[in-house]
Amino acid sequence: MTSPLGKDLLGLEHLSAEQISLILDTAVPLKAISERTIKKVPTLRGATIVNLFFEASTRTRISFEFAEKRMSADTVNVASAGSSIQKGETLVDTARNLEAMKIDMVVVRHGSSGAARFLAERIESNVINAGDGTHEHPTQGLLDLLTLRDRWGSLAGRRVCICGDVLHSRVARSNIWGLQKLGAEVAVCGPRSLLPRAIAEMGVIVFDRIEAAIEWADALNVLRLQLERMLGGYIPSLREYNRVFGVTSERLGRAPRDILILHPGPMNRGVEIDSDVADGPHSVILDQVTNGVAVRMAVLYLLAGNSPQLAEAAKGGA
Amino acid sequence: MTVRDVVLAGGRVVDPSTGVDAVGDVLLRDGKVEAVGGTLGRPDGAEVIDCAGLVVAPGFIDVHCHLREPGREDVETIATGARAAAAGGITAVCAMPNTDTVTDNQAAVGFVLKQGRAAEASRVYPIGAISIGQNGERLAEFGEMVGAGAVAVSDDGRPVVSSQLMRTALEYARAFNIPVADHCEDPTLSAGGAMNEGIVSARLGLRGIPCEAEEIMAIRDILLAKLTGGHVHLCHMSTKGSVELIRWGKDRGIRVTAEACPHHLSLTEDSVEGYNTNAKMNPPLRTAVDVEAVRDAVRDGTIDVLATDHAPHHHDEKQSAFADAPNGIVGLETALAVNITWLVKTGVLSVGTLIDRMSCAPAKLFSLPGGTLARGALADVTVFDPGKEWVVDPAAFRTKGRSTPYAGMTLTGRTACTIVGGRVVFRAS
Amino acid sequence: MAPSRSIVLNARALERTLARMADEIVERNDGTDGLVLIGIQRRGVQVADRIAAVIADREGVTVPRGALDITFYRDDLQTIGPRPVVGRTDISFAIDGKNIIVVDDVLFTGRTVRAALNELADFGRAAHIGLAVVIDRGGRELPIQPDIVGKHIEAPATSRVDVFISELDGRDEVVLDEGVGE
Repeated sequence: MTSPLGKDLLGLEHLSAEQISLILDTAVPLKAISERTIKKVPTLRGATIVNLFFEASTRTRISFEFAEKRMSADTVNVASAGSSIQKGETLVDTARNLEAMKIDMVVVRHGSSGAARFLAERIESNVINAGDGTHEHPTQGLLDLLTLRDRWGSLAGRRVCICGDVLHSRVARSNIWGLQKLGAEVAVCGPRSLLPRAIAEMGVIVFDRIEAAIEWADALNVLRLQLERMLGGYIPSLREYNRVFGVTSERLGRAPRDILILHPGPMNRGVEIDSDVADGPHSVILDQVTNGVAVRMAVLYLLAGNSPQLAEAAKGGA
Repeated sequence: MTVRDVVLAGGRVVDPSTGVDAVGDVLLRDGKVEAVGGTLGRPDGAEVIDCAGLVVAPGFIDVHCHLREPGREDVETIATGARAAAAGGITAVCAMPNTDTVTDNQAAVGFVLKQGRAAEASRVYPIGAISIGQNGERLAEFGEMVGAGAVAVSDDGRPVVSSQLMRTALEYARAFNIPVADHCEDPTLSAGGAMNEGIVSARLGLRGIPCEAEEIMAIRDILLAKLTGGHVHLCHMSTKGSVELIRWGKDRGIRVTAEACPHHLSLTEDSVEGYNTNAKMNPPLRTAVDVEAVRDAVRDGTIDVLATDHAPHHHDEKQSAFADAPNGIVGLETALAVNITWLVKTGVLSVGTLIDRMSCAPAKLFSLPGGTLARGALADVTVFDPGKEWVVDPAAFRTKGRSTPYAGMTLTGRTACTIVGGRVVFRAS
Repeated sequence: MAPSRSIVLNARALERTLARMADEIVERNDGTDGLVLIGIQRRGVQVADRIAAVIADREGVTVPRGALDITFYRDDLQTIGPRPVVGRTDISFAIDGKNIIVVDDVLFTGRTVRAALNELADFGRAAHIGLAVVIDRGGRELPIQPDIVGKHIEAPATSRVDVFISELDGRDEVVLDEGVGE
């Protein structure tokens, strides 16, 4: 009755290559369900899932909600604005309250690194990390992996460069672990002020200039460059960022091979990525969105069966 | 009030201040050390404490702890802190001024002293603030505070950002012959940091605090001590670089002294793994290379004293996401055992050097009575069992704080008996 | 207890059985109009292919075939946990108004067929759905009965019946293994 992933999905760092592959393999048939007229399977009928978003998120929350509904789970959305979260309720109290409501899974987004794990250690329900601070965003990492695997068949030996604000990016960390586990070579590229100082110890190549990264890579995963980074003094201006580090069609045109372009969204067109690149033939950005629902369905499915509440109910009904 | 004579019988008396290291008795009378060594008599009515197999040392002095009163009596009071100190074999503590309100005037200093005396446990010496409200702007009244009983000044908890203020403090403190203790941290480099900057912080996605945030302020303070001739005392040194800078300063005769804390001598940033808020403190746990360097510095005297930086917090406050949890762990009741386990058992320090760093040296640096078992000295004595193994159980602590990274660990070395002014204030059951 | 394995059908017997099943399917449908075979992953898909080949041979008509993986329709997720998805659901035609024969290798509790019926319902409204199985081993837990049966046996609940198909297993054979527990 144990899930092949364990109780929770908190990050990709501690998953094995086999576990990651299992999620991707499971996502493939689930992707087909979204193509059907009736885009729904009864797999998680009766399961209750809370989407607990302490941070604003539209894309990830919607993607999870679609995934949950397509698996027939009952879902409740709790967003920080207007909830007790804003009234200073602690994470511990939130956890205890959720537990008391007999829910099966929690999808949590929180501004602090480690918050998902904190919750997971305190409640019996399955916890899925939908982004914790600048730590991990495992389902984003998984959908990126699936998108690349769809194109390449295998990631082994492929070169992927993560571009931009790696320092503040949970997407970057999940990508680094996931790509490395599946055998890809990983690089990062960006101003050093936006790279963790110990980044090389994570086994990645570091490019100071985007031109070098483009010459090396089979795919670029272009991170969102937030306006706050300029205000925080990490870079002089968004304008200069685009001029020096932006992924432009002119730069891509000099690439020695076809490069896939990924972006976790939302994009700052004209900053880290130019519109003609985002909408161009190299872009797999919309595939990422489609795959996002499928990998989240796969994660929900693979974590299920580890839920004490439902198991009890199932036994009673047998 | 007369106190019964106490005979500490048959222990290994170790007092680096007098060069004694021999099995023998110690007689305490009228709050003073009356006689040391050999087999002493058993005066009528004397309390005889069998110390066979135990070490008898001048009482430990912790020059750096946070007792939270006034302001956060829910977290610690001067009384609970003084009792925790006694249980840890520490006969005197210096209480940092970052309470609410700040100990930045003579009345506040008097309050700490009064509460300390009322506790009837270990001695409590107040440290006054460097700046009013610890705001880093105007000097507090050092003279009045020293007159009321302050033994040093510090804005600990916060760094002294302004070099000019630090310069003035060092100059002004000279008149009163007190050390200016600084929490070395460049706040612009450490802003938002939750742990050491390195591979662990990169992996966990936590904002890092580079070693340089400490080292930049350490060398600034050393240079200002050189400039002013004042005595700067650097709190809780945690990095290899800091140690090298202190060595540089001492080599040049600059009046710099420094302390290190048990956690920085025993644990690394790896303890944060799993977002363990009981391993969150400032300065943060560093790398094995740093731990090694700080240990060496304690051994060779570059680091003068071992302090605890005992900093209790409410359990609920520590029960939160890592970045949101407050800095600090409790230390009074584990310091001796951690130091023995990681420094003495490993051969870094002899028992004598340990006692020097925990007792003799702090007394000397902060001009405190104690730190010696010389005849006529204050009868502040720590008796401990250097081989006793015990499991750390925070629920059994005297301090109100429960946050410790050592919970559940088996440590070696435990207080057997703590005597303050000739009175037994703690005895192991 | 020594494991006791016995061959229920050998290769030639299996071939005859599948041929007869094909005839019965066509007979029951009164020809091949509107006839559709849908195999349940895994071996039901290969069995359906074999049956379709026989029909093509005898009737000169290739009946449409689909595949169902019922993993996401199981009712034992909470008690047994997630199982790997072994095959794809692939129904590339509209099933509305069709006469569907669901094909599987072994019929036991009936829960797989229940799941398959639910999944089929999500693809549309068939005119009629029938069930063809190579082996009916008894032991039903649901009110589900096959319309076409290759061979009926009474296998003990703890035994195992395996249909081996050369496309997947390198040989054609049906084996009853009574020495295997749950």
